[in-house]
Amino acid sequence: MNARLRLRVFAVAGTALFAALVWGFVGLPDFGSFDGAYGQLLNRLSVPDRASTDVVTTVNFDFREFDTLGEEFILFAAVVGVASLLRTLRGEHVATPDDDVPGRRVPETSLVVGVTGTLLVAPTVLIGIYVVLHGHQTPGGGFQGGVILATGLLLTYLTADYMTMRRVGPTALIEAAEGAGAAGFVLIAIGGLLFAGSFFENFLPIETAGQLISAGTIPLGNLAVGLAVTGGFAFMLSEFLQQTLIKRRREVR
Amino acid sequence: MVLFLVAVCGTCVVLARDPLRQALMASLYGLVLGLLFFVFQAPDVALSQTVVGAVALPLMILLALARVRWEEERRK
Repeated sequence: MNARLRLRVFAVAGTALFAALVWGFVGLPDFGSFDGAYGQLLNRLSVPDRASTDVVTTVNFDFREFDTLGEEFILFAAVVGVASLLRTLRGEHVATPDDDVPGRRVPETSLVVGVTGTLLVAPTVLIGIYVVLHGHQTPGGGFQGGVILATGLLLTYLTADYMTMRRVGPTALIEAAEGAGAAGFVLIAIGGLLFAGSFFENFLPIETAGQLISAGTIPLGNLAVGLAVTGGFAFMLSEFLQQTLIKRRREVR
Repeated sequence: MVLFLVAVCGTCVVLARDPLRQALMASLYGLVLGLLFFVFQAPDVALSQTVVGAVALPLMILLALARVRWEEERRK
């Protein structure tokens, strides 16, 4: 197939696709118009029924928490996949002892990156914790906060070096967080089964909306998912870094 | 305005041929997309999008690129 023929085929297909898109877009409802019954229902139920002011989190961690369990374990499966894939490589790499010698010269971190990063680490971690803990009140929650927390770990790598990052977040701690988070989330589900009669049913008092400890099991779920996501992302981060950076030091020699 | 920025950044990601530039552009695109979600009143999604799209995803690509480059240099 030469270039001209290909262009001609693309012209036909492109025109058809464009026409179909225009046809579809014309029929779309106006921006912001919404008449779904479930949306109205959730908006109305979230505060009086669950004392949670963030409807999105209420949906994720109460009304359809079972789906969140699935999503949670997608990340878990990804982490397990990364771990098992990269572990084999590490085994191969033991055979070439030239690589992994500690105490190699690392490229200097620039002063600007160092200062900015150092200033950012603490606020980032604080925001992460805030977003996890206030998931039932303000936008955010376990997932968002967890990724922010993992970014805090990344910042320690950027400002200092890989060894410092390992000291701040040793693998054992990261793995423990990941495991404890995933297990904790399942335990919350089983707690619902035991104390309230069905899987993931809320079994704690919902208290007053707006208080830190309120909304029943929603903050607990956020905490568990926050732990698991922090652990998961931090684990993938340190595995990837281990693959790349320790070995890369060889060329810096 | 934000919509326009998203369109420009998205096009730039597609047009960037060098994977390294593409990763950096994708990071910017993730940030702008997060901004778009925020403007359209979806702060929950905006938070995830900003952290994952602007930091985590480009980072994974960069690390993978670094690894590939190291492998290529070793083979030479």
